[in-house]
Amino acid sequence: MSDSVLSIEGLTVALPAWSDRKCAVSNVSLNIGQKEIVCVVGESGSGKSIMGKAILGLLPRPHVRSTGGRILFEGRDLLALPDDEMRKLRGKRIAMIFQEPMTALNPLMKVGRQIGEVLEVHTELTQAARKARVLDLINDVRLPEPERIIDSYPHQLSGGQRQRIVIAMALALEPALIIADEPTTALDVTTQAQILHLLKELQRAHGTSVLFITHDFGVVAEIADRVAVMRHGEIVEAGTADQVLRNPQADYTKALVAAVPGLKPRLKGAEAAQPLLVVRELEKTYVSTGGFGGPVRRVKAVNKVGLELGRQSSLALVGESGSGKSTLARCIIGLERPDGGEILLDGERISGMTRNQLRPYRRHMQMIFQDPFASLNPRQRVGDIIAIGPMIQGVSRQQAQAEARALLSLVGLKPEAADRYPHEFSGGQRQRIGIARALAVKPKLIVADEPVSALDVSVQKQVLELLNDLRRKFGLSMLFITHDLRVAATVCEDIAIMQRGEIVEYGPTAKIFANPEHPYTRSLLEAVPGKEWISSLG
Amino acid sequence: MKSFGQRFLGNPRVMIGLVWLAVVLIVAIFANVLSPRDPFAIVATPFIRPSGAYLLGTDSLGRDVLAGLMHGARTTLLIAVLATLVAVAFGTLVGAVAGYYGGLIDDVLMRLTEFFQTVPSFLFAIVLIAVLSPSALNLVIAISVVSWPPITRVVRAEVLSVKSREFVQAAVVAGQRDSAILLTQVLPNTLSPLIVTGSLLVATAILVESALSFLGLGAPNQMSWGFMIGAGRSFLRDAWWLVTVPGVAILLTVLSINLVGEGLNDALNPRLADL
Repeated sequence: MSDSVLSIEGLTVALPAWSDRKCAVSNVSLNIGQKEIVCVVGESGSGKSIMGKAILGLLPRPHVRSTGGRILFEGRDLLALPDDEMRKLRGKRIAMIFQEPMTALNPLMKVGRQIGEVLEVHTELTQAARKARVLDLINDVRLPEPERIIDSYPHQLSGGQRQRIVIAMALALEPALIIADEPTTALDVTTQAQILHLLKELQRAHGTSVLFITHDFGVVAEIADRVAVMRHGEIVEAGTADQVLRNPQADYTKALVAAVPGLKPRLKGAEAAQPLLVVRELEKTYVSTGGFGGPVRRVKAVNKVGLELGRQSSLALVGESGSGKSTLARCIIGLERPDGGEILLDGERISGMTRNQLRPYRRHMQMIFQDPFASLNPRQRVGDIIAIGPMIQGVSRQQAQAEARALLSLVGLKPEAADRYPHEFSGGQRQRIGIARALAVKPKLIVADEPVSALDVSVQKQVLELLNDLRRKFGLSMLFITHDLRVAATVCEDIAIMQRGEIVEYGPTAKIFANPEHPYTRSLLEAVPGKEWISSLG
Repeated sequence: MKSFGQRFLGNPRVMIGLVWLAVVLIVAIFANVLSPRDPFAIVATPFIRPSGAYLLGTDSLGRDVLAGLMHGARTTLLIAVLATLVAVAFGTLVGAVAGYYGGLIDDVLMRLTEFFQTVPSFLFAIVLIAVLSPSALNLVIAISVVSWPPITRVVRAEVLSVKSREFVQAAVVAGQRDSAILLTQVLPNTLSPLIVTGSLLVATAILVESALSFLGLGAPNQMSWGFMIGAGRSFLRDAWWLVTVPGVAILLTVLSINLVGEGLNDALNPRLADL
């Protein structure tokens, strides 16, 4: 193709000898045309980020290095380019946007200077001209009050604002190509929608090509012109966005598309007579003393929240980071002590109890944690991890171990897994172990704090299906905390939307989806990435 | 990824350290068999140079230096290892409680730790021995009293980071008691830095013990390396081997322990070693 900006031909990147596979990227070819947004989609470990780094010559050498192929950019092979030539290209002709804007920015430098620095290194502009250009750029990325923004440090800005600064830096020299590695993954949904919109608009205005690396098909549907699907370091399918999203050919792509949680609200079953869990007027305030006699800060994490959860039903708590949803869950499960209000489990007041008083109630409520890597003790065998709960409730060691094995097969693992250590399992398998641990005491209520947000889509789907099955088998009630409306819709009949410590909308999922009343709920629904595509899938 | 054993034993520096430590250990254990006579016994004329009959010569009173070295290894190692064990046990207890409970308990315990840390440790040890009177037991006490604070700080820092991990919260939700959570969930995950610091502490303890013995504050009637150096120092120009032999023994042993300690650190934290 003559009009391609970047063309990757047969790129192979070798991994060091001790890794579990030989190549991070093997024999990958990809073209990026002018003014085109190409999305590379893949799950963790697919080699998509390594490919992005290979283009910029940022591989962690000598352990990971490219061993074959060519990367042609403006007529030159980037793999053969000496370091100082590469340095001139970086930033000027090819720019990068990273996942985590906080670590991509220097925390000790005002953001105006950081953008200016890019210009200083690569251009001959005078200081006044540089400042004018910086202000232009900040206007371009739609940040309010540019004069104030350039005098701010990164920590004084929000996550979305920081990512806008990083985008401004990337655009500073009008590069031909921008590589964006999961640029919206660390952001809240509404912010993500804004950033995606901005990226697309700027790309159109500046005529830049974008290589967009992501794991989320919803994001792909929002932004991509063309799509390449990667798995195990190879491209399994490539084509225009419409082709790949609406009519996928490869089995793997079909499975991935099918695993994207839909927006079909789950319907409510029969109403139970007495609710299992009642929360009334719950309050939790965090007080942080400013060091050296600074001002005392009070943050109302949970502010007069009330909700009810019926037997064998499930309620999703949806909110963005900092909305207080996790704090509320931790109060209910007894990891935090609320400052006011009450929590009733089965009609008994459990708020205000000490940990010793709470112990008998632990058999009725358990928790599933977010991070499958941090939530299992690396020095304990899986069997012991699962057996702890029942043994504390007075079950004999032998019986608890036998039950642990039975539970392991119930969650889709082999009973022999009980004798192994957590590090031998993948993220999805570990989350199954976490679920088995929560079920071991046969609870009535499970509080699940973002149980699938750390997992790949296909694994996420399997875990959600497992939870669904188990709910029916054990007659569980579930309080499901998530930031993802799509997941909430597939799992729960009721939804409570939280914002700044308060529940702003609360009701049956179907009703809220059909007719959202609160403006915040509406903006959340608007922001679901790829919602048109998802609803078109039915 | 290689196993822990391969990473540890495959390191040549570790092997050198381990070989020397094994030699010292065997000599220390079998000192009575290898040299059944009292090391304080006068066996020949003074100041015999290292030669056939007396491999490392004799000292100013005609005592066999080799016998002294072997019995000294026993005293020095025993005191150093015991003192380290006591310091590690006490330091771990204080550090774990301070880190796990936090708040006022943490404040009180850490101020106490800092108090012990700010007193110059060797002078403190001398004062303790002077007050308690020199004996093997008091040496152990003095050395452990001056060496537990670093252990406390290491353990506290580790406990602070481990206790916020989700599996500890899972144990709370399961209803485990604090003491059980500390013992089964938190402490096993602080072991690797503890083992490394502890092994390096043995080296420091040997140095402190030798220095105290050199000053004549060591265990009376027990041959030790520091005592040998102290006794031989006035004859340094006439009989070089009296100071040099035990000095080299201390040097090699402390060096070996450091090599093994660092090897342990590299093997327990493979990522650091690889990059």
